Amino acid sequence: MLRYIIKRILMLIPVLIGVSIIVFLIMRVFSPDPAPIVLGQHATQASVDAWRQANGLNDPIYLQYFNFITGAITGDLGTSYYTKAPVLKEIFSRFPATIELALLAILLASVFGILIGVISAVKKNSIFDNAGMFLALIGVSMPIFWLGILLIIFFSGTLHWLPSSGRIDPLLQPASVTGFYLIDSLISGDMYAFRDAFEHLILPASALAMYSMAIIARMTRSSMLETLQQDYIRTARAKGISEGRVIGKHALRNGLIPIVTVIGLQLGSLLGGAVLTETVFSWPGIGAYTVACILKSDFPVVQGVVLLIATVFVLVNLMVDVIYAFLDPRIKYSKKEV
Amino acid sequence: MLLEVKNLRTEFKLKRGTVTAVDDISFTIDKGEILAIVGESGSGKSVTSLSIMGLLQKPGRVAGGEINFKSQDLNKMSQKELQKIRGNQISMIFQEPMTSLNPVWRIKDQIMENIMTHMNISKKDALARTVEMLDTVGIPSPAERANDYPHQMSGGMRQRVMTAMALSCDPELLIADEPTTALDVTIQAQILELLYRMREKFNMAVLLITHDLGVVSEAADRVIVMYCGKIVEEADVKSLFAQPLHPYTVGLLKSIPQIDDESDERLYMIKGMVPNPLNMPSGCSFSDRCDSCMDRCTKEVPKLQEINGHKVRCFLYEAKEGELNVK
Repeated sequence: MLRYIIKRILMLIPVLIGVSIIVFLIMRVFSPDPAPIVLGQHATQASVDAWRQANGLNDPIYLQYFNFITGAITGDLGTSYYTKAPVLKEIFSRFPATIELALLAILLASVFGILIGVISAVKKNSIFDNAGMFLALIGVSMPIFWLGILLIIFFSGTLHWLPSSGRIDPLLQPASVTGFYLIDSLISGDMYAFRDAFEHLILPASALAMYSMAIIARMTRSSMLETLQQDYIRTARAKGISEGRVIGKHALRNGLIPIVTVIGLQLGSLLGGAVLTETVFSWPGIGAYTVACILKSDFPVVQGVVLLIATVFVLVNLMVDVIYAFLDPRIKYSKKEV
Repeated sequence: MLLEVKNLRTEFKLKRGTVTAVDDISFTIDKGEILAIVGESGSGKSVTSLSIMGLLQKPGRVAGGEINFKSQDLNKMSQKELQKIRGNQISMIFQEPMTSLNPVWRIKDQIMENIMTHMNISKKDALARTVEMLDTVGIPSPAERANDYPHQMSGGMRQRVMTAMALSCDPELLIADEPTTALDVTIQAQILELLYRMREKFNMAVLLITHDLGVVSEAADRVIVMYCGKIVEEADVKSLFAQPLHPYTVGLLKSIPQIDDESDERLYMIKGMVPNPLNMPSGCSFSDRCDSCMDRCTKEVPKLQEINGHKVRCFLYEAKEGELNVK
């Protein structure tokens, strides 16, 4: 198993090289020249040329790529054209916000998605099934920004229960240790800050969870319907164990593999940043920031973010594959055990 | 009398109509007796067993009759009450050993679950009993094999595990639904031998459901022949094989290849096919395939008649003064 994990992590290298080439080319071919954007519309041709020279944009493209990739290997992804801050620092000041949001969203989506899916499958064609699948249909079809706005209007505007934007009340911001406000506030023992950070998370996480929940619920339902038809479910019932145990211990455990796959894919894309949700809730995450950088042709930042997202995606999928082996004893990754 | 099934009717409500899979059947099983139900696919034998266990899935349901187990009607019990009996006093082994065990749990987890559901014993004792049961059914080095997952075992081994699981709470009645069908002949013999041994050891009754007359002749004390949801013949195993009465039973026996048969004749075949359950022939349900079909057979449904313990549902015979006469 360990060998398999190491092998998979090594396979990340060609993936990252491929991804970096593609994003590098796309930025340079399709994005406008960053120089006039950085320097402003009244910049002289001489200053534009000087800026391009200073940032290496006049070099041949293969040399530019070579410089970028050698820097990347040593952990230097360059500096942002605008803030002049190192790209890594830019990313890591925003990535924890995205992780916090994505993890809570996927947690909500998984818990409710699996619950709805299991109930729908067990009570197939009943009112519960129809209601659950109707909810799932709404979940996949409703635009997330619209749902976000509705949530803000109702829970923030009408009821005044929850804050509408931001990560935390600026006055309560905890000392940054990990960058995760929930963790930082616990470390500093500030329960007010923890509560405030959590309240700020609820609405964006709920909006973000809706789509994933719908996908997970539908996958759970179909997976459970298939599992419940299996002979070993009949065997379990013949043992005289309760129906709850039949479903929870015997059916769900077997039905989990496709569900875990879907959860992994959803988590991977959520960690890539939720542009619309982050925009609606003014969430200082990686998604909206990246889009802004793409529009401003901030090449180093975009390249860095894309590499990070690719890495995260591959790692999440690796995690899913490792979970498979725990869920199903028939799945073995190392040759020895076969 | 351990189990008494009285006028059992099981129906499946489908969109195209209601199928009566089990049509008014009655039989009894005594303690320690092996009763075989034979019939081809679709004759209602498996549905009978699932009806007894209360394991029918929608759209199937028991539409009438009684299933008296030790004088309690299982059909009137709630699922909760049935759960106390299932796996405990009545247990079941199934046709498909390859798929009937849960692939993600160890053998011991699955057997211990059965034991701990019904017996008030510690985990340690349950494990000891599991190993003992695996040993009883002939699994070599049972303590180690208990840690295996089903996919690490062969079909015969898995059927032994199923049997160990079914017997783990000393059931009084074991329902074996085609326990040997998916197995090689040599393994079949071993499993049958095992059932026989267990019956002797625990004085347990067995309801053996099969389509294999070879299995019946080897294992059963008494035989019921089912066709299209009805009992067409019932007799003790010796008289059934020596003197089959119903044309269907006769046909079944004739269509078994004989190893010492040296004639060049084609093997006998019952003509036609099992009728569509939604479109049964009127009168006797076997009438359209019967070589001895008479006018009356297509108009009236024959009744089950009994003489000296041999029952048959056919107009060819008439019960008269304690003797069964051929008309």
